[in-house]
Amino acid sequence: MFAPLTRILAILIKEFIQMRRDRMTFGMMIMVPVVQLTLFGFAINSDPRHLPTLLYLEDNSAVVRSLAAGLENSTYFDIEGQVSSAKEGTDALQSGKVAFVITVPAGFTRDLLRGDHPQVLIEADASDPSAASNAVGMIQMIVNSALRQDLKGEWAGLAQGPPPVDIVVHRMYNPEGISQYNIVPGLLGVILTMTMIMITSIAMTRETERGNMENLLAMPARPWEVMVGKIVPYIGVGLVQTAIVLLASAYVFGVPFIGSFWLLAFGVALFIIANLAVGFTFSTIARTQMQAMQMTFFFFLPSLLLSGFMFPFRGMPEWAQAIGQIFPLTHFLRIVRSVMLKGADFTAMWPNIWPLLVFIAVATVVAMRRYRSTLD
Amino acid sequence: MTTDLAIDVRGLTKTFGKRKAVDNVDIAMPRGQVWGFLGPNGSGKTTTIRMLCGLLRPDAGQGTCLGYDILKQSREIKRQVGYMTQKFSYWEDLTIRENLEFVANLYDIRNKKQVVDQTLEQLGLTTRQKQLAGTLSGGWKQRLALAACTLHNPKMLMLDEPTAGVDPQARRDFWDQIHRLSAQGLTVLVSTHYMDEAERCDQIVYIAYGKLMAQGRVEDIIDQSGLYTFVAEGTGVRELMERLRGKPGADHVAYFGNALHVSGGDLNALKGLIAREQVAGVTWRQARPSLEDVFIHLMDQSVDNTVVA
Repeated sequence: MFAPLTRILAILIKEFIQMRRDRMTFGMMIMVPVVQLTLFGFAINSDPRHLPTLLYLEDNSAVVRSLAAGLENSTYFDIEGQVSSAKEGTDALQSGKVAFVITVPAGFTRDLLRGDHPQVLIEADASDPSAASNAVGMIQMIVNSALRQDLKGEWAGLAQGPPPVDIVVHRMYNPEGISQYNIVPGLLGVILTMTMIMITSIAMTRETERGNMENLLAMPARPWEVMVGKIVPYIGVGLVQTAIVLLASAYVFGVPFIGSFWLLAFGVALFIIANLAVGFTFSTIARTQMQAMQMTFFFFLPSLLLSGFMFPFRGMPEWAQAIGQIFPLTHFLRIVRSVMLKGADFTAMWPNIWPLLVFIAVATVVAMRRYRSTLD
Repeated sequence: MTTDLAIDVRGLTKTFGKRKAVDNVDIAMPRGQVWGFLGPNGSGKTTTIRMLCGLLRPDAGQGTCLGYDILKQSREIKRQVGYMTQKFSYWEDLTIRENLEFVANLYDIRNKKQVVDQTLEQLGLTTRQKQLAGTLSGGWKQRLALAACTLHNPKMLMLDEPTAGVDPQARRDFWDQIHRLSAQGLTVLVSTHYMDEAERCDQIVYIAYGKLMAQGRVEDIIDQSGLYTFVAEGTGVRELMERLRGKPGADHVAYFGNALHVSGGDLNALKGLIAREQVAGVTWRQARPSLEDVFIHLMDQSVDNTVVA
């Protein structure tokens, strides 16, 4: 009757002892809920505000200024400044520096006061449809209430009836707001992060676990030779994955590819190397393949949530954006989306290329320092 | 330091946490010999070998291996030493041939194919060359490991318990190979727990709890032990064992086959004890202490300072 209980208890106690000894698993059990709660609870916001906006003002009157102030006060738009040409605005959108460019045409004030319902153009970066949609949805209301204060006295009549201003929305890069256009290129980054880090960290840790490492160290191979030799095959794996995703993206999901293939290839190469360096670093820390898996997961989770893949990057508070900037996925997502959907060039992408280069340099140095050529 | 010595180290010390795994060990081993490295489990044999071939950095001590500084020239040492790990450490998901080719490439061996073929032939692995290393039995794994660590034509072999868990026939074959290699001029340092293997060595080094306890030829170590051994045989020895154990004069009582060996450092006390503890059906004779008697004696003398509190 009680014998099964005794045995169950024996196994239970043994399990607890082992759990306590395996610090990393224990840490994961505590840290995963904490990180998830923090990220989902505080960082993620599906109603992004404070989106960077540029104004292109061909007309500059008191009315236009109060319109700008109204946009700013709505908290949806952060006016970053003015541009002096339409091209300047387009470039800023293409490189991802701003989310909106709002154009007030010449003669706006005159037409408004005449009751001609002048147009205001808002160009939105719709490559991530969810990031821009709320602000775009709100703009008519924001403009109306901003103007209501100015339209007094003899113009009070204009504030009634149909909206005094006609808002024209251009959803740039993804006019139909197809979410696949945003997700499929992003998936390339997610897939590469997951597999590259996992494969390298496990492949290296396996050698330690099976005792091969001692043998390898007893033979005349330098650390960097081992590192390069172990990493290069997985660059090949990464390229195969990239080819699969890009082919599916073009022929299954019909995602446009308007930028330079070679610029994307360069970005992919940097991104693969960055992830492999992370995987290699993990392998120098993890003692078992299980631990390597856990570390991969622990890196992957915040990457996914904070990079802008699942939720709009600009919707996050600044501290979360700052953390997000660390992850290679954040920069790669911008590169792959901008190159494919917006046709961004190297100069426009440089702000996302150099962080990848810095990341690679740091991760490689850490990996090399951690990788020991002795068993100490 | 002369180059006649394959290993010439002094004061070798390695600490892991609070535990001194190797404590002030001196070894001077001439080239071309086969030396046995003995001692109880956890005595520091593996750590010493790893320090000698540059896999671990000693905390203190200095010296040379094959004339190269063990602290500064570990790369040169690695090129000229063949090290066989205690646990099988070749790639189980590669075939025998693939493993050997990998090793040959790492050492940048010329006419690789010929060398691999020759090594396979010498160690009787030719017919199994396409078998995955992971599917080999213990004895064959040892052969593969020996083949791999001799492939680059090293000047010295360091074998860490190469015959643990291997059947007697495979053990004999393995030692025949070691003597064949030694005859070609190789210096061999081999750690083992088997006394018959120790007796096949030119010299032995005995280390316990990190300290070097004895060093020299088997005969000399026995002679210098100052130990006297009496052998009891017959039907009543089982009963005798319990009675003798712990009595003054009998430092060690142990079975060897079905005979009982009683050893002690004080001949008169031992004789007196035996005279008092006579049992019917038991015959006594004095014998030369065996190497094992001496080792058990050495082990009891050393202090276990390695216990983690």
